[in-house]
Amino acid sequence: MSDKITFTIDGKECTGKKGQTIVEAAKENGVYIPVLCHYDGLKPAGACRICTVRVGGRNMAACTTPIANDIVVQNNIPELEDMRKAIVEMLFVEGNHMCPTCEKSGNCELQALGYRYLMMAPRFPYLWPTKQVDASIPKLYIDRNRCILCLRCHRGVTTKDGKHIFGPVKRGDRTMITADPELAAGMTDKQAQQAMDICPVGALLKKEVGFVVPVGKRKYDQKPIGSEIQGN
Amino acid sequence: MGKEADTVVKKAVKNHGGDATCLLDIIRDVQDAMGCVSDEAVLQIARQLGISTTDVEGVVTFYHFFSKKPVGKYSVYLNNSAVAVMKGRAAVAKAFEQGARCKFGSVSSDGVIGLFDTSCIGMNDQEPAAIINGAVFTNLTPEKAKDLVEAMKAGKDVNKMVKDLGDGQNQSALVKSMVNNNIQKKGQVLFAPFEGGSALKKAVSMNPAGVIDEMKKSNLRGRGGAGFPAGMKWSFCRDAAGKKKYVICNADEGEPGTFKDRVILTELPHMLFEGMALAGYAIGSDEGILYLRAEYAYLKDYLENVLAGLRKKKMLGKDAGGKKGFSFDISIKLGAGAYVCGEESALIESAEGKRGAPRNRPPFPAQYGYMGKPTIVNNVETYCTATRIILEGGEWYAKMGTAQSKGTKLLSVSGDCKKPGIYEVEFGMTIQTLLEECDGRPAVAVQVGGPSGNCVGKKDFGRRICFDDLATGGSIIVIGSNTDLLEVVHNFMDFFVEESCGWCVPCRAGNVILRNKLEKIMHGNGTMADLKELEDWCLIVKSMSRCGLGQTSPNPIYTTLKNFRELYEAKVKKDVEYSTEFDLAAAVEDSCKYAGRKPQLGEHS
Repeated sequence: MSDKITFTIDGKECTGKKGQTIVEAAKENGVYIPVLCHYDGLKPAGACRICTVRVGGRNMAACTTPIANDIVVQNNIPELEDMRKAIVEMLFVEGNHMCPTCEKSGNCELQALGYRYLMMAPRFPYLWPTKQVDASIPKLYIDRNRCILCLRCHRGVTTKDGKHIFGPVKRGDRTMITADPELAAGMTDKQAQQAMDICPVGALLKKEVGFVVPVGKRKYDQKPIGSEIQGN
Repeated sequence: MGKEADTVVKKAVKNHGGDATCLLDIIRDVQDAMGCVSDEAVLQIARQLGISTTDVEGVVTFYHFFSKKPVGKYSVYLNNSAVAVMKGRAAVAKAFEQGARCKFGSVSSDGVIGLFDTSCIGMNDQEPAAIINGAVFTNLTPEKAKDLVEAMKAGKDVNKMVKDLGDGQNQSALVKSMVNNNIQKKGQVLFAPFEGGSALKKAVSMNPAGVIDEMKKSNLRGRGGAGFPAGMKWSFCRDAAGKKKYVICNADEGEPGTFKDRVILTELPHMLFEGMALAGYAIGSDEGILYLRAEYAYLKDYLENVLAGLRKKKMLGKDAGGKKGFSFDISIKLGAGAYVCGEESALIESAEGKRGAPRNRPPFPAQYGYMGKPTIVNNVETYCTATRIILEGGEWYAKMGTAQSKGTKLLSVSGDCKKPGIYEVEFGMTIQTLLEECDGRPAVAVQVGGPSGNCVGKKDFGRRICFDDLATGGSIIVIGSNTDLLEVVHNFMDFFVEESCGWCVPCRAGNVILRNKLEKIMHGNGTMADLKELEDWCLIVKSMSRCGLGQTSPNPIYTTLKNFRELYEAKVKKDVEYSTEFDLAAAVEDSCKYAGRKPQLGEHS
């Protein structure tokens, strides 16, 4: 039995390997599906829902749904695109995102998606939540104002023996990321940089450095998000 | 303090074999011993289990009945469901506050009484109700609240505060609760006579595939609300690879307005456990788990005793039901206060000692469930029904009900009706007939299936209760003309905001956004455009959310916008296109106060 799987996304014939998710297979076929909580190599979380596609008429998160032969995936359709934009807008109103002063500006995936979806003002009223900054970790800040709870740090930043350095506490709209103080204190410079890189926004910021690459010359200042997959 | 935490945690961890999958039990022991789970205790638990403090704190802060701060020598958890409000909760809450001299959400200055709101505790037929240190107090009045406060101040044992016991097994020595069963109507599936042991003996005389065949013939659909065919679920699990499999019973009924499982657990536990055992035989499992919601912890000793009795009678344990080579036993795991754990994969996570966030699917529990093993998760009522189906046959069962919904359904009826309680009715009964039976005739609306279900008005009272028409996991809330329906909707949205697990964006942020918009309209600041947006936004949350909670949480607004649009239209400004919810007077109030002047709002006032 072959491991090759064929299916379509918006009518385009795609091929992939058994065990791949729709997001992974789409990427290999040059089809961009927006993602935010997804990070190559990490177990998918299905948290942000921006990758929602329609499979056989049902809404599914493309980052957690495996491909199967002959499935018909709808991706770039107006109704879904508007709801994806709504997700970006929800993230902007449930946090306090001050792009112009943020160290991640230009490298921030949320900001890049805001541009991609031509978000002007969010359709939802701002919630202006009060969030706490945790500066107790020697090498990092956790700025929860900017956190989108994608759980990438929870999944991707661990000690050598696999303990979570970061994790979610509380629930609902009070959910927030916190760190194990002892484990976080043991982080090396390299690990702190990795944590900052794994964070799609500016919620994990390395201390004592900033703006090494000037705003205007950063990743998404050059090319919009998604162009690395779909070209142009 | 540090030393005490150290000793308590060591003992708790040891009691549970140093097993991180028992984290909820360990935390419960610590909470019971210390009145809270302090930072120090969190650190100790983490270090002794060899896990991150974030994993421990994540669990402590996820569940409503765990707390990092002291919750008082006596902790009063007063239900804040919509029906509790209808039945006079506000006055009872006030009496507690006046007596305890502290507000809800805090502890009295002497640390004796803590007052807390809590989501529906499964007592909607006898509200207002509260749980105090595990004991349930029903039909509360301000006077009774006052007496309770006095008893607490006097340091009385909480069990001695229970005066009149309820009916049936609520009087049993191991329950001794004032809860009443309120069985209003008995049907032929659940409440017909049942001879303990008969169903399991019959099942093990058949082959396992034959048991599943009967289940399939019956067309029994899951009774928790989702309605997935039970026989199919069992056969998926039976066919799944692997030797170790689990049978889990979901006794975490948290949908506001449902309390039928409480009555089954009280009166029909033998039938339930026998259903689990025969399910174990059918799928090839030797281990069952009853996941019992924390609100029903008052039934735990009683249920453990029933299990012990079944072991004695050889209905559980080695060669269960007299079948050589078939072993099956059942243990009880307690929840800790989280509605979302009624979702089967969240329940499994919780049973494994984690935050009760649903899993991504696939894989489904039938392939990858508890501890990664194939698992069936069914509702309390589903297992009881399976017991009857094995006794009477799938065909017998399928003769009752409607095309898509066979058999009977146990309904929990509450709200503005004279005969609240449980009703076992054949599927297909109309709302109107039910209203006549429960004496809720002046109803203007009926909430079918709880907040996540459908709110219907008079024009729909001819519709039928079944999966083909109005589906319900059992909750039926009758709403009379004296109740403000929008207040009910608001109460339901508060509930979903409180109970969202916070994992996915649309449910976490969307429900807050929807509730705020509803408030804007209720405060008279809405326009017709707001109604249109409200509807669109409901669809976004429903379409994009990860699990059943977020996919249905907009329903209170969504279904009332459809069925009671006039209530919304009466609140909105018709002559303006846009109205801000920004309250200028409130925004400048503080600064004006400090500046010592009055707000000059001019045209903005």
